[in-house]
Amino acid sequence: MNMQQAIKMTAAETALVDAYTAQIGDLPGDGSVLSVRDTLVHELKTAGLPTRRVESWHYTDLRTLLRAVPAADPSAFADRVEALVSGATVLAVRNGHADVKGNAPEGVTIRSYTDSLLDGSATAGLAVLGSDDAIGRINGGLVRGGLELSIADGTELEDPLEIQLVQSLGQAHTRFPVSFGAKTKATVIERHLSTNAAESLISSVSDITVGEGAEITWIILQQQGAADTHLGQIRFDLAKDAKLHLFLINAGGKLVRQEIHGKTSGEGADFKLRGINLLGGESHTDVTFTLGHNVPHTTSTEIIRNVVFDRAKGVFQGKILVAKDAQKTDAKMACNTLLLSDDADLSAKPELEIFADDVQCGHGATVADIDHTQLFYLMARGIPENKARAMLVNAFVAEIVEELDDEPLVEALESVISAWLEKHA
Amino acid sequence: MLEIKNLHARIAEDGTEIIRGLNLTVKAGEVAAIMGPNGSGKSTLSYILSGREDYEVTEGEILYNGENILELEASERAAKGIFLAFQYPVEIPGVATMQFLKVAMNEQRKYRGEDELTTPEFMRRVKEAAAELKIAPEMLRRPLNVGFSGGEKKRAEILQMALLEPKLCVLDETDSGLDIDALKIVADGVNALRSPDRAVIVITHYQRLLDYIVPDTVHVLYKGQVIKSGDKTLAHELEANGYADIIEAAA
Repeated sequence: MNMQQAIKMTAAETALVDAYTAQIGDLPGDGSVLSVRDTLVHELKTAGLPTRRVESWHYTDLRTLLRAVPAADPSAFADRVEALVSGATVLAVRNGHADVKGNAPEGVTIRSYTDSLLDGSATAGLAVLGSDDAIGRINGGLVRGGLELSIADGTELEDPLEIQLVQSLGQAHTRFPVSFGAKTKATVIERHLSTNAAESLISSVSDITVGEGAEITWIILQQQGAADTHLGQIRFDLAKDAKLHLFLINAGGKLVRQEIHGKTSGEGADFKLRGINLLGGESHTDVTFTLGHNVPHTTSTEIIRNVVFDRAKGVFQGKILVAKDAQKTDAKMACNTLLLSDDADLSAKPELEIFADDVQCGHGATVADIDHTQLFYLMARGIPENKARAMLVNAFVAEIVEELDDEPLVEALESVISAWLEKHA
Repeated sequence: MLEIKNLHARIAEDGTEIIRGLNLTVKAGEVAAIMGPNGSGKSTLSYILSGREDYEVTEGEILYNGENILELEASERAAKGIFLAFQYPVEIPGVATMQFLKVAMNEQRKYRGEDELTTPEFMRRVKEAAAELKIAPEMLRRPLNVGFSGGEKKRAEILQMALLEPKLCVLDETDSGLDIDALKIVADGVNALRSPDRAVIVITHYQRLLDYIVPDTVHVLYKGQVIKSGDKTLAHELEANGYADIIEAAA
């Protein structure tokens, strides 16, 4: 008997395993899918939720932080909301169940992920990324729905696709395998929101491949309720000359872990991560990022901006790995934080692991309060202190939003940010 | 308009005394030049007037239109009509210049109990004032002071001054970093604001700016005190002979 089995399971671990046991026979999947599920849940049971002793979870001790798991409630209802930007095609996923009907834009094929579980084509994608992939494990064990999208070569979408995940209560476990064909251009908004204050546990994994020369903007907008646990993961693979601009806004949730794991597989690939974490109350929000520059001549830049109020805690872990023959890699990572209360906390852990010798890589992290010279300048023009502070906090994150070259989208995101700041500042 | 009486002030953080018993009176309609060697307390005086919290007044008072302003916040002093043109205007990425101008103008109006400006009225005022100062519209579309050249920053300060219509203007080394053409534009901007109900304090190192903004009075600041006052000829005297003679005479 090993040590881990000797440890008593926590309430949350028990609830997750029980949720699985209760749904056996009901969870979609063919034989191969069901056998992967069994393995994942068995691993969850034996290894438990990760603790601070697991390196990648050091700052987010999930075993301690996840105190309870709300029961799944299949009868719960959630209604879709207006699209974030007008003209967007909304693909609604309500309490984990995807609506597949509706018109797909030309060049876009939409399939229910449940069908892929049922026919077994989802099996390979259920594999975890490593022994510390707790999100992959929980999600793979319990996933019921989601969408599989494929965008045909050469398709250029005028308007964004919005995957709208609306949650009312209980649990939702969803997956989104998306393949962008060669030379496609598209903006996808992965939008998580909660309709009420009831507690939910959400896990969601997006798995995207970006084809040769494609230019994709992917936005994750997380606005869960103040009692919710959100476990998100996005995986990506970039082909030759593919460009992915991943834009993340965390503006909700009680316990949030958003993982981003990607790799460049073709020369000329370019990845851009821009992240805004708006943290308040007693929340805990962790953004963990790994990127493998696996081939020569690929570039990436990552900028994370954290605004931390109250007793909130933020975590950013970023690791860039440059493979031995990935010469001429150019990678720059920055994590900047505004700590706005004495009890606010942020841990930043940027890392570079470089095995090639002809690369340009760098990282930096800053933590600061509001700049007093800037504050004085605004006040010296007649702007009262509270308003001047709000302007500076907003400015700190607005800089990043404005990089998105899409005016309606910039406006929509700016209003999400200012609404959040008005409520919390 | 402004009466500074026996002012003593120090840096809040380390207690270093900078202003040591300063007296100064500036009347409405007057342009007063404050000159002095490096470290004499010129910039500190401008910060204390405008309400920067890094300094602590330990003695004395500052009366602005008869009201002691030392307890007022920087934003309240601004709304009451005190304007500081910064020696080093601050870059604020993420704040659009136009948005900043509009918020500043309207917050001041709100404080004074006036109606906010309508957008067309605001645009009209900015356009007019910018044209006077030869400020290109592109500059106003950038974030506040970001990527502005030294001359552009100083012109932007004068633009703010023109739009906010203050009663007491304090120009802190507005000539530093300006070439002669930019200096003329800035000086013209300041001269256009001269009026019987407005006072201007010009803080400068050099006589040069005073050829373009001709002062009514000149005050020499040394070790936190005004050691000599005179008319514009005092500035020429300083230019010719330096500060040494005056400092010696005062000692």
